[in-house]
Amino acid sequence: MFSVRKTALAAALIGATAGAAFADGHANPAVKARQQVMSLYAFHLGTLGAMAQGKMDYDAEMATKAASNLAALTSLDQSMMWPAGTDSGSMEGTRAKAEIWSNFPDVGAKGKALADASMAMKEAAGGGLESLQAAMGPLGGACGACHKAYREPES
Amino acid sequence: MKWLTALLILLFAGAGVGWLLTSPERVSPDQLAGITPDLKLGEQVFYAGGCASCHAAPGAEGDDKLILAGGHSFPSQFGTFIAPNISSDKNAGIGGWSDEDLANAMLHGTSPEGQHYYPAFPYTSYAQMNVEDIVSLNAFLKTLPAVATPAPAHEVGFPFNIRRALGGWKLLFARSGWVVTGDLTPEQERGRYLVEGPGHCGECHTPRNGLGGLDLGKWLTGGPNPSGKGKIPALTPDQLDWSQGDIAEYLKSGFTPEYDSAGGEMVDVIANTSKLSDADRAAIAAYLKLPQLAAGDASD
Repeated sequence: MFSVRKTALAAALIGATAGAAFADGHANPAVKARQQVMSLYAFHLGTLGAMAQGKMDYDAEMATKAASNLAALTSLDQSMMWPAGTDSGSMEGTRAKAEIWSNFPDVGAKGKALADASMAMKEAAGGGLESLQAAMGPLGGACGACHKAYREPES
Repeated sequence: MKWLTALLILLFAGAGVGWLLTSPERVSPDQLAGITPDLKLGEQVFYAGGCASCHAAPGAEGDDKLILAGGHSFPSQFGTFIAPNISSDKNAGIGGWSDEDLANAMLHGTSPEGQHYYPAFPYTSYAQMNVEDIVSLNAFLKTLPAVATPAPAHEVGFPFNIRRALGGWKLLFARSGWVVTGDLTPEQERGRYLVEGPGHCGECHTPRNGLGGLDLGKWLTGGPNPSGKGKIPALTPDQLDWSQGDIAEYLKSGFTPEYDSAGGEMVDVIANTSKLSDADRAAIAAYLKLPQLAAGDASD
C-alpha cells in the first residue's frame, strides 16, 4: 500500500515538474500581452481592410482614427513582452520561434518597418480610398516579413 | 544454350525499351515558330510562376529578388536540392538559352544537354503552360541582372543521383491535361491555368506518395510540411471557407479575413501574387471555390 502511494506521489511530482518546465504560454502574462497587442493590430486593420475592399463605405475620419491607433500600437516598446524562455520550444501556446532571441537586432528592424508602414498608413488613410488602398500592401508586407522569419507554422 | 540466348535478347530488348522510355522529351521547334515575345507578359509570367521564390539568393528582399543567383537549398528524403543560378549570365546562368531550351526545361524537365531535371523544379506543373508565356518569360529573364557565380551542385546520393532513372519517374508522374475538368467559366479556366500551371500551388498543397509524386486524388487537400513542423493547409472549398474576395485579398496583401497575416513560405508566394492583376487574383480565387475541388473529387 505504502509503496503504491509513494509511486503515485513520485509520479505526481514528476508530472508537476514537467508541467512547470513546459509551461502554458496562455498563462504567461508577457505572452498574453503580446498576443493581445496582435489582436489590437488585427482589430484596427480590420476597419482599414474592410474599407479597402469595399466591404464598408470609405469614411476618412474613421479610417484616420483606426490608422492612428495602429500607428500608436506599433510604436509601443514591446521589449518587456518578449522575455527569454517564452519561445515555442520552451512552452505551449506560442508560435514565437527561438530565432527571435538570437536575432534581436533584425527583429527590431522588422518591428521598425511595421511602425513605419503604419505611420505611412496614418498619413494616407484620410486622403481618399485609393490612398488608403495603396498603403495596405506595405502593411501586409511588414506583418509577413516577421511572420515568415519568426513564427512557427500552424500545427 | 538457345534459351540463354533468347533470355539475353529479351533482357537487352527490355533494357532498350526502358532506355527509350526514359529518354528525355523535347518540344518540336515548330511549336515555337512565329511567337513574338512580350516583356510585360513575361514579367507577369515571372510572378505567376514564382521563379524568384526559389532562384533568388536565400533571404533576398525587394529588388534583390530579381537577382536569380540560386543557392536556396531544399532538403528532402532523396537528398538536398540546390536551386541553380538562372540569371542572365551566359555561363553560370541561363542567359544563353534559346526559347526552345527554356520550353524543354519547363514543359518537359529536360536540360539543353538532354538530361532530366529533378522534379524539385516543378515542371510537372509548368508542363501545363502555354508556349507563348514561356517565350515571353525567356525574354523577361534576359533583362534581369547577370550573376557570374554558379550555384552549388545538388547534394543527392545513390541511387537518386542516376538522372536517367528520372525518366521512369516522369513516366509515372508527368501530368497530361488538367486535374480539374468539366464546364468552367472563362474566369475559372484562367484560374485553373494559373493554379495548376505556372502557380504550381499543388506542389506544396497536395500530398505526395512515397516516390515523391503528387497524389492527384487528394488534389489541394494539404499535407505535412516538409520542414517537419506544422502542416500545409488544404485549399479545397470544403476546408477553406473564405469567400472569393477573401482569397483574392489574401493573395494581394497577405491578410487573412481575421487580419492575421501570411507566414512561412506563403510570404514569398504573396510577394509574387501581389504583383499579379486583380483579375488574375480573382480568377485564382474563382478556381479555388469550384465545388468539384471539395472532398478530393477533382480527378475522376
